[in-house]
Amino acid sequence: MIQVSDLEFRYGEGEFRLRISDLAVERGMTAAFIGPSGSGKTTLLNLIAGIIVPRVGRIVTNDVDVTRLSDAERRSFRITKIGLVFQEFELLEYLSVLDNILLPYRINPSLQLEKSVRERAEGLAEQMGIADQLRRYPSKLSQGERQRAAVCRAVLPEPTLLLADEPTGNLDPANKGRVLDILFDYVAENGATLLTVTHDHDLLPRFQRVIDFKQFGVVAGERGGEKRTKAAGGGGER
Amino acid sequence: MKRTLYLAWHYLAFHRLKTAILVTSITLIVYLPVGLKVLVDQSSRQLTARAQATPLIVGAKGSPLELTLNTLYFAADYPEPLRYVQATRVDRTGLALAIPMYVRFHSQGYPIVGTSFDYFEYRGLRVESGRQLAMLGECVLGSRVAAAIGAEPGDYVISSPESVFDLAGVYPLRMRVAGVLEFSDSPDDDAIFVDIKTAWIIEGLGHGHQDLTRPEAASAVLSREENRVVANASVVQYNEISEENIESFHFHGDVSDYPITAVVAVPLDQKSSALLQGRYQASDDLAQIVRPVTVMDELLGTILTVQSFITAGAVIVGLATLATMALVFMLSLRLRRRERETLFKIGGSRLSVGSVMASEIVVVLFTGVILAGVLTALTSQFGSAAIRALVRM
Repeated sequence: MIQVSDLEFRYGEGEFRLRISDLAVERGMTAAFIGPSGSGKTTLLNLIAGIIVPRVGRIVTNDVDVTRLSDAERRSFRITKIGLVFQEFELLEYLSVLDNILLPYRINPSLQLEKSVRERAEGLAEQMGIADQLRRYPSKLSQGERQRAAVCRAVLPEPTLLLADEPTGNLDPANKGRVLDILFDYVAENGATLLTVTHDHDLLPRFQRVIDFKQFGVVAGERGGEKRTKAAGGGGER
Repeated sequence: MKRTLYLAWHYLAFHRLKTAILVTSITLIVYLPVGLKVLVDQSSRQLTARAQATPLIVGAKGSPLELTLNTLYFAADYPEPLRYVQATRVDRTGLALAIPMYVRFHSQGYPIVGTSFDYFEYRGLRVESGRQLAMLGECVLGSRVAAAIGAEPGDYVISSPESVFDLAGVYPLRMRVAGVLEFSDSPDDDAIFVDIKTAWIIEGLGHGHQDLTRPEAASAVLSREENRVVANASVVQYNEISEENIESFHFHGDVSDYPITAVVAVPLDQKSSALLQGRYQASDDLAQIVRPVTVMDELLGTILTVQSFITAGAVIVGLATLATMALVFMLSLRLRRRERETLFKIGGSRLSVGSVMASEIVVVLFTGVILAGVLTALTSQFGSAAIRALVRM
């Protein structure tokens, strides 16, 4: 279960401010975050992942309050419990697809890159239909294949929580469906939780829960040079 | 560490052109001043050592440097010839041992040095295989020449003609290899030694041909007056001196007028040296006497000045290149901000992500320095040979 309580977050001294008094997502659930740009969806994913830390409030994931963890503990928690999928895939151009999938094991000394891990990576690639692309560089793959490789990388450490930031944003309709199938299958098979930021309302019926960020308190501001829009309070949840 | 290097290596290998340029830049920045210093130090030692071992050289008036380089290093540019009588002149003073040198001809690119037996004794050159020169038309090879052309005692080497189109010029002489000298780590290893008379035969000043008193040569004789016989071109000329035809070899004219390129003068003592140098001070003297140490010091002075200019230039270019490389790395790091963020998000610590980037810089620097070290070692190993080859050209 993910429990967000009395959360307040600002980027430095900027005007942008995200306030969530109470949000809970049950374990094993698939949830979609929707809302206008600048409403804090990606910020909340980063907060849950422990990439950034709130000034005020608590975020409890699987009984662990990530706001109370040290930097090293949060990183360890992220490595072992959380899988991240990005809209731009974020594959390293200079590594083969296989090495990209294995990247968490190559960058984290706490993960041991054993033979079984390699076999699991190859098995995942087989499931996702990119087994014949493992030795190639990402630039040689189609957009759909790249996102599937990125999903492989996210699920390889067998996380209990998958955080996906617009995972289908750059995909054609066929690939959108396929990538979502893969994510949903993983959640179903492993009892994991999936939180997905999306702007694609056609996909929402597939999620068990849709969380509209209009309900949260967001103050407009500048963040990373991007003009933010003011999100209205309230809003609904399906 | 292994993981960090794995990622760094893949990044560098993927961007191999950029990596190669960076590594080459580092290699050159390090190698140019260091390699140049090694080369100059070596050449200084070599030039000085050989010059110090040769007290005085008598030669025709002209460039002292050309005279010294030809006499000490058998350089291809030979000085104005000197008459052989100049060797006798030195000898007759009783102030110095006179060693005539005639360094003009070549065989397979190696200089043929015409000299006397005193040269071998003076330079401490010993025969490793075979024997010393015993007969006209024989040669002894320096160790590197023997190794390079694969010649042994009993084999033959042929002098190179100076010009294919010069019908009246120097004809090739086939010379029997009498012996091979011990390695001396000096220019003598790269030379072919002959008796000075053999050098004159190569030049055509002495020759051997069929006996014109024999009946089989009668058709070649045009006229015969007491001791003077005139023959046509059908007379068989020998291009090799053997025990059978050596008696027919003879020299025309006065040997004292024959050319040499220099006389190495080895004074008996300091006083003799001073006296001998005094004998050549007259402005109308056709010969000059030079102290090779002085000549080489002047040359080294020039080389060191050039070296300091090159080093200063290399340092300035190196600093500019390093600044450019720092800029390249900084821009590269900025362009890779997203990559760093991704690595951090998927669990890499700031330290380990930074280590990957730093490793790339370290690998480039390390590889460049190692390559520069290899080049410097090669320069140290083969630089002296390269210098000798350069001087001979």
